[in-house]
Amino acid sequence: MTDMTTASPIAVPTARPRIRWNRVGDHAILIAGALFMLLPVLLTLTTSTFDNITIHRGGLQFAFGPDGFENYQKAMFEKGGFTKTVDGMRMMMNSLILGLGFAVGKIVISMMAAYAIVYFRFRFGTIAFWIIFTTLLLPLEVRILPSYEVVQNLGLLNTYTGLIVPLIASATGTFYFRQFFKSVPEELLEAARIDGAGPVNFFINILVPLSQTMIAAIFIIMFVYGWNQYLWPTLMTTDESMFTLVRGIKQIMQVWIGANIPDYGVAMALAIIAMTPPVLIVILFQSWFVKGLVESDK
Amino acid sequence: MAQVNIQSVNKVYANGFAAVKDVEVQIRDGEFVVLVGPSGCGKSTLLRMIAGLEDISSGEVAIGDRVVNDIDPAKRDIAMVFQNYALYPHMTVFDNMAYGLKNKGMKKGEIHTRITEAARMLQLDDHLTRKPRQLSGGQRQRVAMGRAIVREPKVFLFDEPLSNLDAKLRAHMRSELKELHRRLNATFVFVTHDQVEAMSLADRIVILNAGRIEQVGTPMELYHQPASLFVAEFIGSPAMNTVPLGTRLGGMLANTAGTLPAPAMTIGLRPEAILAGPAGGPGIKGHVAMAEALGAETVLHIEVPQGGTDTRLTTRVSGETRFTEGDELAITVDPSRVCWFDHEGRRIATEPATQPAPRKEPLPAE
Repeated sequence: MTDMTTASPIAVPTARPRIRWNRVGDHAILIAGALFMLLPVLLTLTTSTFDNITIHRGGLQFAFGPDGFENYQKAMFEKGGFTKTVDGMRMMMNSLILGLGFAVGKIVISMMAAYAIVYFRFRFGTIAFWIIFTTLLLPLEVRILPSYEVVQNLGLLNTYTGLIVPLIASATGTFYFRQFFKSVPEELLEAARIDGAGPVNFFINILVPLSQTMIAAIFIIMFVYGWNQYLWPTLMTTDESMFTLVRGIKQIMQVWIGANIPDYGVAMALAIIAMTPPVLIVILFQSWFVKGLVESDK
Repeated sequence: MAQVNIQSVNKVYANGFAAVKDVEVQIRDGEFVVLVGPSGCGKSTLLRMIAGLEDISSGEVAIGDRVVNDIDPAKRDIAMVFQNYALYPHMTVFDNMAYGLKNKGMKKGEIHTRITEAARMLQLDDHLTRKPRQLSGGQRQRVAMGRAIVREPKVFLFDEPLSNLDAKLRAHMRSELKELHRRLNATFVFVTHDQVEAMSLADRIVILNAGRIEQVGTPMELYHQPASLFVAEFIGSPAMNTVPLGTRLGGMLANTAGTLPAPAMTIGLRPEAILAGPAGGPGIKGHVAMAEALGAETVLHIEVPQGGTDTRLTTRVSGETRFTEGDELAITVDPSRVCWFDHEGRRIATEPATQPAPRKEPLPAE
């Protein structure tokens, strides 16, 4: 704060801008933090451009190597796994279906649940909300066995339905939408009532368009969350053609039979590929999201 | 167009709070009625019961010849303008107005005609494709009115629609509203807490206090013949001087005012009923504690030192007055403009007060 105490209210042009040491300190910490977070990703990226023997011998690589193109091509298009039926493209499509289904499903379900809780007077509405809310505390893993049992009995193993539907119920989403709906002015509902809008009409024509920014935010969170699901797809899918990217990376590393060297390079490449869509989604929707927040006016 | 009949309507909330008690009003066809009162008096609740946004605990509301107690707001043939406008923020001005009509299943051509007509009337022609957030407060207000107009309702309901506007715009919108009422010739029910708004807009004012009607009447009736102390003090600015007769000042004023009706407990004097004369003249001696020069008139706050506990009076004099702060003066009372109130605060009907004598002009300044 030294500069603050000496700063005069009249701007005096100085030859050299003074160095603000507290600012420098702040930035140093931020940059160090960013590097710390980025380093593993960066190492994966650089290592993914080497052949397996180099990686096996030399470990992680800090510079780009010559085999990048080949590794990425292999990761995307070479049929892998035990059965040699599934390539990167297939896994990416599976991940995309899971991520999108997961996000869209969660948004639809949680919006409707929140709508019911906020706008309709049920006798046990509040209790229902708190029951939903407490499930926030329970991670997916707690109920993974019963869920598996149910899906298996329904014969939904190795299907997209089985992959997505059991995960769709969302306490987080319901909670966020509830808070959002509560912030929508009461008069809007009353105006709509006078304008002759029924519950469905009000939901579709007023509430959903108003929630755009909220939907975008939840979509980002849920898509990334769904994309990164590991345990559930691992349990659910035994058929390799149903594998997701996250599941596939592990599969490559498991092919370590006899004297074979695992496909390190390809696995790294696949990891980078698996990372890209969520990053794109975040970047893409973020600008949208900020714009929506700035313009929002109720 | 229709009259609104409100018959012994009550509103009791689930927690036992009675917001509206036994209200009975007949609003005539094409009338501009203003519901006014302090906050929490039940005026908005009453309006919302007419709109159908609030259940009626007991009693009957009829619009036209139809009892609407159990009829959906959309089917009551009413339109409502809200305090915060309640425009749909994601819709254009056109869509905001069209939404209700679309829900009714009206044909596109008809919707278009109605909106064009309303937009022309409200000078919104150039803004039909804009979103509400791109409009100023006054324009949003007009859109809210436009949304009401296109419905062509029997009754227009306004819930403090001007209170979000700044003072200048409010005065302007007041005249626009009056003009709109004249042009549409529809029944208007308007809620406000601002007595100036009530006085300037209303054909008749319904003044509410703690859920009950205090008085129903034209603005002039309320001003000159307030039914109670509450009305007397609520209507008019500066407020009526009300002095209990038990105080020394009360006694002095009563002596000047002449005949005293038997049960009177309080004397009420509009500022213009108190006449300020030069010091040494006849009347009660006092001095000017504060002078508010408003231009055309000046409001004098007069201190009467011999008055006992209650010593302040206000009067209005011409803007050309030479009285300033600290000046001594003598005040007299115009006997034709005195109001008397009994121990319950009810006004005692007297002959002179029902027919106020024409004001003596020019004002006796000095």
